This record gives sequence, C-alpha cells and structure tokens, in this order.
Amino acid sequence: MQALCRDCLTQFDAPEAAPGRARRCPSCASPRVVAHAELFDLSIAHMDCDAFYASVEKRDNPELAGKPVIIGGGRRGVVSTACYVARIRGVHSAMPMFQALKLCPDAVVIRPRMEVYAAVSRQIRAMMEDLTPAVEPLSLDEAFLDLTGTGKLHGAPPAVMLARLIRRMKDELGLTGSIGLSHNKFLAKVASDLDKPRGFSVIGRAETADFLRDRPVRMIWGIGPAAQAALDKAGIRTFADLLRWEQRDLQARFGTMGERLYHLARGQDRRRVVANAPMKSISNETTFHEDTGDADILDGHLWRMAEKVSDRAKAKGLAGRVVVLKLKRADHSLLSRRVALRDATQMADRLYRSARALFDQLGDPGPYRLLGVGLAELCPEAEADKSGDLLDPGAARRSGAERAADEIRKRFGADAILKGRALR
Amino acid sequence: MKISIERGTLLKAVAQAQSVVERRNTIPILANVLIEAEGDQVQFRATDLDVEVVDKAPAQVERAGATTVAATTLHEIVRKLPDGALVTLTADNAAGRLTVEAGRSNFSLATLPKEDFPVMASSEYQSNFSAPAAVLRRLFDKSKFAISTEETRYYLNGVYMHVADGETGKVLRCVATDGHRLARIDADLPGGAEDMPGVIVPRKTVGELRKLLEDDDMQIAVSVSETKVRFATPDITLTSKVIDGTFPDYSRVIPQNNTRRMEVDAADFAKAVDRVATVSSERSRAVKMQLDQDRLVLSVNAPDSGAAEEELAVAYDDERLEIGFNAKYLLEIASQVDRENAVFMFNSSGDPTLMREGNDQSAVYVVMPMRV
Repeated sequence: MQALCRDCLTQFDAPEAAPGRARRCPSCASPRVVAHAELFDLSIAHMDCDAFYASVEKRDNPELAGKPVIIGGGRRGVVSTACYVARIRGVHSAMPMFQALKLCPDAVVIRPRMEVYAAVSRQIRAMMEDLTPAVEPLSLDEAFLDLTGTGKLHGAPPAVMLARLIRRMKDELGLTGSIGLSHNKFLAKVASDLDKPRGFSVIGRAETADFLRDRPVRMIWGIGPAAQAALDKAGIRTFADLLRWEQRDLQARFGTMGERLYHLARGQDRRRVVANAPMKSISNETTFHEDTGDADILDGHLWRMAEKVSDRAKAKGLAGRVVVLKLKRADHSLLSRRVALRDATQMADRLYRSARALFDQLGDPGPYRLLGVGLAELCPEAEADKSGDLLDPGAARRSGAERAADEIRKRFGADAILKGRALR
Repeated sequence: MKISIERGTLLKAVAQAQSVVERRNTIPILANVLIEAEGDQVQFRATDLDVEVVDKAPAQVERAGATTVAATTLHEIVRKLPDGALVTLTADNAAGRLTVEAGRSNFSLATLPKEDFPVMASSEYQSNFSAPAAVLRRLFDKSKFAISTEETRYYLNGVYMHVADGETGKVLRCVATDGHRLARIDADLPGGAEDMPGVIVPRKTVGELRKLLEDDDMQIAVSVSETKVRFATPDITLTSKVIDGTFPDYSRVIPQNNTRRMEVDAADFAKAVDRVATVSSERSRAVKMQLDQDRLVLSVNAPDSGAAEEELAVAYDDERLEIGFNAKYLLEIASQVDRENAVFMFNSSGDPTLMREGNDQSAVYVVMPMRV
C-alpha cells in the first residue's frame, strides 16, 4: 500500500497494518504515517488550519500556551474560534459567549485581530500557490487545492506536496493545519475534518460508497438546520436513505438542492476548484449587547451596517442589485428578507432605505439579538446608481452628500464625519 | 346539476375563470371554479380572494344545481374539444364527481362542495357610473406599463384611478409609476363619477379588466368604494379589492418648467432606439441622446460588446443637450403615441423629461434620465 511519512516525507510501500500496531516510518521511525491504496493518485485537497485565530494568538503570545483561549467579540458575541484546550471543555465556534464562559470560566477571551489573521492568511495562501495556481480560499483559514497534473512539475505526487505544505506552515509560520485528500471537493472537505488537529485523511474512489453509507447527510457543507428539518421530514438521515431516492423525486421535493444531493449521495461532485471565484455578496451583521425591539436603536444598527457594506462595496468597485435584511430573534430563530432593486446600488443611503423598507414590512416587534444587511447579485459599480427616483427628488442631493462625505473620510479618517443616525 | 352548453360559449366563460385562479396556491378550493345552474343560465365564478370574476352564459339547464371543479383542468378539456361541440356537464354531488361529455369524449373530474367556495362579500359602492369600453381601455392600456413590481412600495403595484382637475375641468384620471417612469392619462368624467373615491386598482385586476374591454361600444358599469372596485358587462362581473395604501402625490413629479422641446416621429424614433440598443450589454441598456439644432444622435457605447450610433431628423431649436435613458423606457413611452408626433420636453440631463403626443395634455409621460 502506498505510504508517506508526514515528518520526513519518505515514500514507501507499507504492508497491511497489523491490528493494534501503528505503522512507523522505515527511515525516521515517526508514527505520523499516512497509508492508502490511492494515496499518490488523488489530487483534490482541502486544507484547514487548526483553530486558526487562536493558534495565531498563542504563537504571538507564548504566555497563552496551555491556557484555554477563545477568540470572539464582547459579552454578547459568539465564539468565532476556540483553541483545542477550550474545545476539550465543550466550547465550540458559533457558541454564544456567555455559554462558553460558563463551560470554561478561566478562558482568556481575545477580540479578533482581523488584520493580523488576514496577513498570516496571505502568507499561507502564497505557500499554497507555490503548489498550484488552482487555490480556492473558502475563508482566511481554509482552501481547496487542485493539484491535478502537478506531479511532473514538482517531481512528487500531490500527497507529498501537501505534507510538505503543512510542514512548511509549521516551520515558517508556527501554525498547524489538517489536510483532506480525495477525488472531489465535497469529499476533500469531509476528509479534512476527520482527523483534526494535524490530520491527514484520505478518501479514495474505491471506498467512497462504503464511507458515506451510514454517515448523516447533515455533514454536507451547506445543509443547515432548515434543510436538515426538511430532510428529516422526508425520512432522510443518512446517505443510505438518500440512495433510495430517484433523482426526479429529490429534484421535485428539494429543487436544485435535490439534484446536488442525488450526486453527493453517490460521492459525485463535479464542481471545479476555482481560483479567484468572484464575490457573490457583501454583508455585515452585528450581535447586540442586549436583545432589543426598540425601533430607534435598531434603526441605528441598520444604518451602521448599511454604511459598512457600502464602504466595502465602494472599496471593491462593486454594487448590488439585491438588498438583504437579516434578523435573529431572541430565541435565535432567523428572519431574512430581500428586495430586488431596479437600479443596482453601492450607496449607503439607498441600501439603508431599502433595508429600512423591508424592516418596516416585517410586522414582527422583536426583540432581536442580531441584525445584518447585505448586498447580493453584485455587478460593477459602473452599472449602478445610474438613474434617480421620480418619487424621491431628494435622493440625488443625498447621494452627492454621501460622495462628499466619503471624500472627507478618505482624507481625515473614518470618524471624520458621521450621520446623527449612526450615534443611536 | 345537469346542463348542456355550446363549446365556444363554455370556453369563453371558463377561460376567464381560470385566468383569475392562482397557479400556485395552498387552498385547494381556490383552484376551483364554482358552477351554478338555474333557469336557462349557468354562472361561472372564480376568485383568488382579491379578485373575483363571475361569468354568465346561456345553457340548457336540465337539472339546476351547483358544484366546484378544478378551473385549469376544465379549461384544458374544453379547449381541446372540437369546435361546435355540445358539452354536457353532470354533477354527482354524492359521489363528488363532475362528468364532462362531448360527442364520444367522457371525463370525470373530482369536485369540492360548493359550500366551501369563498364568495366575495358584497359591499356598498359610493359611486356608480358607466363608461364606454374604449374610454376605459385607453385609460388603462396607456398607463399599465408604468406599474411597479417593487414589493416594498406596494402602493405603486397598481393604477391610481381617481377624479382630478384637468385643463378643462374635472377628468377621470389614471396614473401609474414605478419611480423611473410615470404615465398620467385623462378622460372626460363620466356622469355620476364626480364623487368617486380615488382607488389603486391592482396590476392583476388591470390585466383581467382588459378582457372585458374588447368591444368599443360596450358600456361598462363601474362601481367604486374605498375598498373595492367593480367592472361589469351584461355577462361578466369583475370585482376586486383595491390596494390599501396612499398613492404618492404625483403632481409634483410632473415637470412644469421643461422648456427644451423636441418633436420627432414616434415610430421612427422607436425603431432607431431599438436598433442602437441592440449592442448594449448591460441589463439597463442605456441609450444616449445628443441633441443639436434639428438633429438627434442616438448612441450606445458598451465597452465589452460594441458601439452603435444613428442620426435622426427632429425639430429642436435650443441649446445642445446630452441625456441618457433606459432604452426600454423610451420604447415603452414611444409606443403609446399613435396619431401625432412625439413631443419631448427636456430640462437638464439630470432632470425628469416629459413626453406627450403633439399638444395633447390628456396623456402625459415622465421618464427619469440615467447617467451615461
């Protein structure tokens, strides 16, 4: 069986492992050996950093070593990353902070330093791009890599190059990551999660069907609680349940998701690894210090979120044709509304007014714990904000004022000029 | 219930009913048409709870009675029957079936009890008047293109029909706008309409109403209350809720002081706009108008796909002007003009532009320009 030592990168042919005895590298005797019949033939990978934000903090502050570290915002925020020490105590990402602190009262809570993480992420990205141009980042700390056809160039199969990448991240950046290697994106992503942290998991073509059969469908990326509930209703819990459905029936019941499920159930995923995938939406959200149904306070948040989204859109030269409003009620249930604009926009004023109109039509008094505003169906800014509104003759003046304020902020800083609304 | 009815008569009545029925709906009875037979007449009623249509047709009623059956299925069947066939409808309410027979064809359809069918509550109408079909047709046909589909401004999702002060006294006026263009159409005020409350007639109702207005000389009975509007011919009654909202004050939107006048043959203009817009790649299809002394140059410059230019002879005697519009909006307003030349009144490249037919003030259109 094809085998690779993840420490010294020696490739060797390993016999079937004797039960109860771990394989060791014949060259350096390390137990960190990955062996698989298809190891050197697979080329689609998913790389996921281990507890990325927390690891960066621990690296930069040795005093944190061994302590539970939680990265997240404020008393009311949620955990964005927990280090493995905190995870042992039951803390996980997306958990409300108060709950995390109940489980782990001695945790060191650190506000995220996004600029630092982004800089480290760029370093990792550069290392990945040394392996292949087909790198598709999913976030700051994970990415798909397609190494198909790079064997000749590197003089080594993809598995070796990936083990080398992880070793390089450890040596040069002091960070660890896990690799999932398979024959498509779906399985690569599933694999990277099997053996965290510092994992290297392989799902070959031969065992794909066996591997999936009894696993729950909720492990599919993108199946959230709502989709899960719909699947439960149809009696679909595992991949084996899915296999019993005809493609037609799945499509009729779940639409485009149904078609995707049909193929995923068979371990098929034809999506390509795309570098520089165009951005699909821009959104910002905030969790409040305390739940509120106060229209004035919510209005302030609405404006600030609209302004943030607008700032980002302007910075990227983009605009959007659809405005999205997202609210989370006190019981964590989600409420989402969208409206299509006739003329795409990147202006905070139009974004705010559209979101505000959606808000006014909710007919739900709250209280809410989170509010988000987003722009979707993006287009270049040249195609946006081209015509005024007959029924809103003040719009042109406000848009002029916004452009002028942007200029002032560019020169004197983001706080140089604020709307009164932003102070609510 | 057992009736016999000529296929063509049945098709007309059922077609009207099935177009009111919503394609996708969650309440099964709303997919049905209520058929009631009595005397020598049969009545077909369909509703989506906002709009209701009742269509009467002559029939041989062998046994009076009523039932409800899926409107689209019945329509499909009748549509496919041969022309001139005599159709017999027999309801077996105990079995919950309606039999449709014509020649050697025989269909058996599931029914729902007539008691479950929601009949729109009748209401008091404050204003009752009658107007020729041709007048109503002009009012709605010329304004409906400007109806908004934007859900956040639901009060724009219809035509605002009201009594207004026109140039020469009171008029019956229809206005529609989506914030990018506006249409304001006037007609002589029919007798009895003076006290009509202003109502916003929903888009769907406007579409259904159109089918009642084919015959020019037909007098349409119109009834209006604060919450409902009704249009009736001797055979068909269309009742609709109106949009519960306030239509914006459109009068301040209509430019009064646009002085730069361009006159052009509307058909030539529309064809030229359509031609140059072909190369536009954007969704909004912006067309630039460049005006000089008696000369208009229409152009599109789309960096990704190409460029187009066309020159047109016009009557224009003012300063040079460059202004951009959405091609679709220009085509829509130009297509409203059918007798005289189109007259455009501009101010600046950022201000709303007004268009009318010759000097006719009874149909006025406003379009918002766009940056090009």
